[in-house]
Amino acid sequence: MAGRIRRTRSGQYSVRLPRGEREILRGLPAQLRTLLTLGDAAGDPALRRLFPPAYEGEPERAEEFDRLVRGDLLERRLSAIETMERTIDADRLSEDELTAWLSSINDLRLVLGTRLDVTEETTERELPPGEENARAFALYAYLSYLEEEVVEALSRAL
Amino acid sequence: MASTAPVEVDRPTGDEDVRPDVPWVVVVWNDPINLMSYVVYVFQKLFGYSREKATRLMLDVHHKGKAAVSHGTKEKCELDVARLHAHGLWATMRKDR
Repeated sequence: MAGRIRRTRSGQYSVRLPRGEREILRGLPAQLRTLLTLGDAAGDPALRRLFPPAYEGEPERAEEFDRLVRGDLLERRLSAIETMERTIDADRLSEDELTAWLSSINDLRLVLGTRLDVTEETTERELPPGEENARAFALYAYLSYLEEEVVEALSRAL
Repeated sequence: MASTAPVEVDRPTGDEDVRPDVPWVVVVWNDPINLMSYVVYVFQKLFGYSREKATRLMLDVHHKGKAAVSHGTKEKCELDVARLHAHGLWATMRKDR
């Protein structure tokens, strides 16, 4: 996996992903946007995971905090989604663009992982049966792999 | 936290927390989804911590279930919590006794 996403001397990032992977990624930002904008904020565990309470055991304080920051957090996420969509076929990304990819990829992993109720040791065999779960877990595993590559590349700039 | 690869860790050196005398603390909780490498990256990026310190905090979160990652005024901690939430980490804040 070395070298598929690499920081170049100019401070940009070369992204060498096969066409098949780009096709897998292409539709994901829009799905995330749909969840973020149309989902059930209070009832959907995946959305609760993306916007967790800031105070433990103090629901009123947590709700007040949520009212203050939620709009900004949502805007950042939507902006990252838009950037990933716009650059999905790019061979070269700026640091900001790759950081936007990381944001959306991590959000997607949080959503999938919450839906699948993964633990740290989840393997495919322990999943609830069904083709849809198997597909979702395969996507989760792929995004984990891709995220490791992105984090490794971005960490070189820290 | 999840790991897709074994992690090698150098034991941290002596850069202990220097806790300013202020009353709020930000706690990050363990979750089974965020990658260990990602959590280290976020701690480095948001707080400017060294890789060693960020790794030690990540391992505290992983093994002890939580770790205090920043301290400060209420306003500073609110900002830190919001930034951690923006990065998908499960963070809360409380008065530091």
